Amino acid sequence: MRVAGKGHTDAAETVHFTFDGQSYAGRKGETLAAALLANGVKLVGRSFKYHRPRGIVTAGSEEPNALVTVGTGGGQDPNVRATTLEIYDGLEVRSQNAWPSLKYDMMSVNDLAAPFLSAGFYYKTFMWPKAFWESLYEPVIRKAAGLGALSGDINDDIYEKAFAHCDLLIIGAGPAGLMAALTAGRAGVDVILADEDSQMGGRLLAETFTVDGQDGADWAADAVSELAAMDNVRLMTRTTITGAYDQGTYGAIEQVGHHVARADAPDLPRECFWRIVAKRAVLCAGALERPIAFPNNDRPGIMMASAVRSYLNRWGVAPGKAVTIFANNDDAHRTAVDLIAAGVKVAGVIDVRADVQAMGDYPLYTSGAVTATKGRLALESITITHAVGTREIRTDCLAMSGGWNPTVHLTCHMNGRPTWDETLLSFVPTDGSIPGLTVAGAAAGHMSTLGALQSGAKGAAAAVADLGVTAKVDVPTAEDDPYRIEACWQVDGKGRKWLDFQNDVHVKDIKLAAQENFRSVEHMKRYTTQGMATDQGKSSNVAALAVLADATGRGIPETGTTTFRPPYVPVSIAAMGAGSQGHGFAPKRLTTSHHASTGRSAPMIEAGLWYRPSYFPAPGEKTWLESCNREVGYVRDAVGVCDVSTLGKIDIQGPDAAAFLDFVYANTFSTLRENRVRYGLMLREDGHVMDDGTTARLGADHYVMTTTTAAAGQVMTHLEWVAQALRPDLDVRFASVTEQWAQFAVAGPRSRALLNTVLDDPITGEDWPFMSCGAVSIGGIEGRLFRISFSGEHAYEIAVPSRYGASLFRLLVAQAEAMEGGAYGMEALNVLRIEKGFITHAEIHGRVTAFDIGMDRMVSRKKDCIGFAASRREGLLDGQRERLVGLRSVNGTDKITAGAHLFVEGADAVSDNDQGYITSVCWSPTLDSHIGLGFVKDGPSRLGEHVVAVDHVRGVTVTCEVCSPVFFDPDGGRVRG
Amino acid sequence: MRLPCPICGERDRREFYYKGDALALDRPAGDADGGVWDDYLHNRDNLAGVVRELWHHAGGCGAWIVVTRDTVTHEVHGAERVGKAKA
Repeated sequence: MRVAGKGHTDAAETVHFTFDGQSYAGRKGETLAAALLANGVKLVGRSFKYHRPRGIVTAGSEEPNALVTVGTGGGQDPNVRATTLEIYDGLEVRSQNAWPSLKYDMMSVNDLAAPFLSAGFYYKTFMWPKAFWESLYEPVIRKAAGLGALSGDINDDIYEKAFAHCDLLIIGAGPAGLMAALTAGRAGVDVILADEDSQMGGRLLAETFTVDGQDGADWAADAVSELAAMDNVRLMTRTTITGAYDQGTYGAIEQVGHHVARADAPDLPRECFWRIVAKRAVLCAGALERPIAFPNNDRPGIMMASAVRSYLNRWGVAPGKAVTIFANNDDAHRTAVDLIAAGVKVAGVIDVRADVQAMGDYPLYTSGAVTATKGRLALESITITHAVGTREIRTDCLAMSGGWNPTVHLTCHMNGRPTWDETLLSFVPTDGSIPGLTVAGAAAGHMSTLGALQSGAKGAAAAVADLGVTAKVDVPTAEDDPYRIEACWQVDGKGRKWLDFQNDVHVKDIKLAAQENFRSVEHMKRYTTQGMATDQGKSSNVAALAVLADATGRGIPETGTTTFRPPYVPVSIAAMGAGSQGHGFAPKRLTTSHHASTGRSAPMIEAGLWYRPSYFPAPGEKTWLESCNREVGYVRDAVGVCDVSTLGKIDIQGPDAAAFLDFVYANTFSTLRENRVRYGLMLREDGHVMDDGTTARLGADHYVMTTTTAAAGQVMTHLEWVAQALRPDLDVRFASVTEQWAQFAVAGPRSRALLNTVLDDPITGEDWPFMSCGAVSIGGIEGRLFRISFSGEHAYEIAVPSRYGASLFRLLVAQAEAMEGGAYGMEALNVLRIEKGFITHAEIHGRVTAFDIGMDRMVSRKKDCIGFAASRREGLLDGQRERLVGLRSVNGTDKITAGAHLFVEGADAVSDNDQGYITSVCWSPTLDSHIGLGFVKDGPSRLGEHVVAVDHVRGVTVTCEVCSPVFFDPDGGRVRG
Repeated sequence: MRLPCPICGERDRREFYYKGDALALDRPAGDADGGVWDDYLHNRDNLAGVVRELWHHAGGCGAWIVVTRDTVTHEVHGAERVGKAKA
């Protein structure tokens, strides 16, 4: 319920939200947990395994229990912590892991069956039969034990990713972080101060401390105002630093839009994943309070003492009417004093220590312990033992404190191990765990407010001193009480003593793990699931280690900790993958003819990042094959036009351009005459084929190389490597000009006639023989013409600056159509090249040599080149290697398939008998047969032999004849004609 | 991870393409023994400690660089352009 006069939100507007369909009122901006407690709601969820009723335990991101699902449909967010979710008008949340309702959960029978569901029960019970695991056991267990779920629908919400850079990153804006930011900000360095809360101040917002004689929360507000006025300081609220990475890189998740209704801010992203690069960092992440494992310590109404103070002092909410407190340190008494001052009844303080004094007017039970609790859906009473007896106390809220664990997580992200501190009874960060990061405040074990302020100021001053800046350390006055604590990890008694509330791990599970010899802390974790899931055991790990240490007869330092890994809090995949959904997954590269192609209803297919037309359907055509056959006919009989701009084009210039090409190509280019083109074969240094293409010599020191579409990027990287690393002696420069030139193939017997309708000066066969090139003028535009062919026909490629590509394509296609030809797409292009035995990356797939494709003669013996030495190795010149051949369906009509493997007739189709495989196939309208290219052992010696192609994937078996890969016009008369 | 490009300064590793050990700079002579080429092409030590690696600033200036870094501590000791370095 609300406590008059307490909290910082009493001026906030009233909003309405629903929880499991029930409407409640709350204050805008307060957490869902605060609003539920203000409305007297204690039961908020069911536990993971046993479906026990659970309530709110903490007031921060470490919350293990109070997980809810927000919204419905694609934007549904599961496992949202009620302790961090800020409420707004119209917010709809639901509880999780309960059916049919939170109060009457059928699966709570698991709790009665608990003796059979001990740690490791999956491993022991569901061993046999093996096949049942995937089909039966796992689905049932997953349904019974779980947290919230996604809807399965597409999420249309906006998420973002961003980078930030700074001199000093300060992680956490409690007293230490604010003081660090003030110290560094006043010294003028570039500061980012990040805090996961909606408001900066940390524990100063939740305690009744004073700083500089001022209310702590007011001091924090003044500090934030001062920082906000500094141009060199960026304040990032709702931003959790999730991981520490190499060279000062930190991951962070900013909750940008979760605190407002989508309708009120439709353009606001939900979250932003940041990569923050900082020269130095100060970790001021504070400490997390830990529970005590006493019997049935998980009933709704039992929560952390610090959380009780947070709800009371910050949010103005009392979590109970008669509060009891159980602790092993002075926080118990501070909680009692705050509650009494606010007019809330304190029914008793149970302190495990013998020698303590009450700090106010409340019943104090020394040498005490809580040994039992009652209340099915909410706490009703507790039983305690103390110095002079036992008694039962009626209470609806028990605040517990087992001490504080410094938040060491980030310091462990680069293999650092924390150090056990016997005075604090917890782990503290080990110096130097993260290069460039220092730790201050409670995270470093400075538990008083003054200690936090001082270490924050000194940490920041030391960090900026590393950067050559002097900062003044000026710390205000504050409390400096000693931190007094006595070890208390568990209390004996009847009933389960819960350690990890989220995974339903209790003391006996840890002891069982030890007994079954899972004594290593990492083994214990896997066996019991201690410290897994959304909270990653933030509040429970240290107590679990203490129990394991006890059970194995070791000390806690020897037992060690499990490994803390990023992220510190859950990060949605949507945020990490922001911008990469749908079209964001890969950029789209469009040719200049793209709109002309789609305007002709051409289906576009992806070629790397490019989109190319598959075929151009004509009226009346029912299948792609009909269109493809027609387009093949254009090229064989008349003239076809195809956009080949996607091929990589690299402009190469310099006095040593020829020598450079001789080194990167297996064949020779220094002997190529100007205005001539040559086919080039490029090898990798290991002797296998990297890529192929034509290179034209435009001038003495000027070449333009073409690469395949697929390997354009790889070849460019390779050329850079060779020029910079292997041949820095050569004076050569190159640049990718793929996007600067639009290039079109004009192929077929009427290609020259077509060109002469668009060229300003007509060309003749004498001036432009096969493999010639040069400058041409098209409507006054300077272009380039190459007489090259990928179809085996008399053909050209004509290139113009890209801005003229769209209009030239339309013009060429219109002229072709006037000559009984037209545009052709990738399908026809593929048929034309297979008929001629021209290879693509289907053939040069990375495992073939020049020898394998019948081009070993091209590898020049007169010069060194990349891949020459390796290509001479015996094993790469072995005739028995799988070598390029053509394959023709013996009866012509049986379809052969790419990927099929080849076998001798009568042999079993098993890998031991493998003779080779098929790489490319098509229906050849020219030859009226199904044909293909493939590799067969010693293929060139086996022409005319029949082999059986077996495609186990598609279930196709076809008898093929091995033949020459050049099916059509083997003499090449047409291309030269 | 961040790498210091000698031309552009320190940049996120996403701007770089990784090739491998810097011994790829020591290309043998064309007529060198097969074993020498084997070592050059295929044989690599999997060192835990200080290594020299080739990276290409593909998303930046296009420089090929040799980065010296420690695979145990992840500390980056420095980088230089390949033209000025040998393995």
